[in-house]
Amino acid sequence: METYSFLREFADSWMLLFLFTFFLAIVVWVFRPGASKEYRDTASIPFRHEDKPATDKEART
Amino acid sequence: MEPGKTKGRNMGNYFKLIALGLITLFAMMAANYARDLAYMVHAWIIMAVSLGLFIWTLRGMGTKTVHPQDEYMDDVVRYGVVATAFWGVVGFLVGVIIAFQLAFPSLNFEWAQGFANFGRLRPLHTSAVIFAFGGNALIATSFYIVQRTSAARLWGGNLAWFVFWGYQLFIVLAATGYLLGGTQSKEYAEPEWHVDLWLTIVWVAYLAVFLGTIIKRKEPHIYVANWFFLSFIVTVAMLHLVNNLTIPVSIWGSKSVIVWAGVQDAMVQWWYGHNAVGFFLTAGFLGMMYYFIPKQAERPVFSYKLSIIHFWALIFLYIWAGPHHLHYTALPDWASTLGMVFSVILWMPSWGGMINGLMTLSGAWDKLRTDPVIRMMVISVGFYGMSTFEGPMMSIRAVNSLSHYTDWTIGHVHSGALGWNGMITFGALYFLTPVLWKRERLYSLSLVSWHFWLATIGIVLYAASMWVTGIMEGLMWREVDANGFLVNSFADTVAAKFPMYVVRGLGGVMFLAGALIMCYNLWMTVRKAPAKEASLSVAVPAE
Repeated sequence: METYSFLREFADSWMLLFLFTFFLAIVVWVFRPGASKEYRDTASIPFRHEDKPATDKEART
Repeated sequence: MEPGKTKGRNMGNYFKLIALGLITLFAMMAANYARDLAYMVHAWIIMAVSLGLFIWTLRGMGTKTVHPQDEYMDDVVRYGVVATAFWGVVGFLVGVIIAFQLAFPSLNFEWAQGFANFGRLRPLHTSAVIFAFGGNALIATSFYIVQRTSAARLWGGNLAWFVFWGYQLFIVLAATGYLLGGTQSKEYAEPEWHVDLWLTIVWVAYLAVFLGTIIKRKEPHIYVANWFFLSFIVTVAMLHLVNNLTIPVSIWGSKSVIVWAGVQDAMVQWWYGHNAVGFFLTAGFLGMMYYFIPKQAERPVFSYKLSIIHFWALIFLYIWAGPHHLHYTALPDWASTLGMVFSVILWMPSWGGMINGLMTLSGAWDKLRTDPVIRMMVISVGFYGMSTFEGPMMSIRAVNSLSHYTDWTIGHVHSGALGWNGMITFGALYFLTPVLWKRERLYSLSLVSWHFWLATIGIVLYAASMWVTGIMEGLMWREVDANGFLVNSFADTVAAKFPMYVVRGLGGVMFLAGALIMCYNLWMTVRKAPAKEASLSVAVPAE
């Protein structure tokens, strides 16, 4: 099969399926149990460490 | 010894000197062998810059810049704020000039033919506002935001300075190239191959600084704004490389030829062009929105979950929308249908993002009355919502058959660029200036209000006049008489558009006036506004 036809068929079958499932998986993952609590913490990142970087002691990794 | 410097030998400086010397020599040869004017001027510019850097490095031998890891690297962001304001005014000014050149063709002066006529100035305007104003805003805000949300200093030491100054050099090379005719005639990708190569180097350094900072972050999670910025940097790199796969005719000349031709070239160009809108003007600026709106409203983003879905939906959908620029062309129907369908679906994540930005103010709507800066950010999100509704509508083939090639498109672009990109950038500059120069507050809030209203009314005049003239000329072009002959000649439509062109120019004047007021206000904030208490121990210039 020539490259064009191969790529076209691949793009509108398996690749499309992969991207779509990936996206659905993200939506499901976002609503996993315990996510709200974690995201509340992440959403407040801009309100910490405004003036100075965190020291190694403060680091929350 | 200057502050921020210390004594110490830096072996890298010897290599720098050798490299700069070689570049200077090569630029001299290039200026000598140059086959066209644009290339020759560029060779002179590069020679001057590398020679200057050579002397500067030589004089700085034996000193090293210190990078204290317990401080944010804010001086490069301060430079970015100044550059954003400066290039903004330049870009808006050129826009006003070409708007009046369209209304009054005699402004294409005879003595300036070939340099300052509409055809040469138009890419100067688009690149100045998108890449110089918008690009500097993105680099400055992304450097600011990635440090604060990673709780870490920028990675790579002086590399951030290389990104800043390298980008300014790119802007100067691109702008002079357009005026002198060095262009590959691809919209938003006009710079020729040698300028493209330079931008590639700068962009890789930008990616390294940004990614390096994220990697050494002191927070467990990567804040959503950084996701948007990272996607913007990575995608723009990919778009830039693919759309500029050209072969130079000679290394001593600016002319180059793209490796594919015809409809493939057109499709790649608009894949690039629309994703420049999608990732440069949308994803990057959404990064700003997700940081500055919560900061200015003093409350976290409305829904963090929505912001994640917003991100992935936008990334997956935008990349397919390009073909809607090529309806009714040699492009296969399936491709243009694909572009149309994805453009319409794209409406959803766009409005999801808009709702997320607006609803961040829930419980703080009273701030709209008292804080003109947040008003500016909110109206920018409003314009984002409006133009991301208008865009999908115009991408529908039937609508496009009326709107394409008319001024409606130009109106659409400007409600997005002036309204969304411009206003959110102004809001960011008003937020950043007092913080970065350690001032208690802005110099004048009433001047911010003046800016807000001038800019808003200017955009409304612009967009409304372009709707009228665009739909009018679209209808005039397709009007046929009983025998099937076209009723109007092209010149008839040009004549009919004159009043709207004048209104559009006036809208531009108002937007420019607002930007000048902003520059004055920011300048006076640095000069006159009271310093923040905590920083009084730091030297403050005496008045």
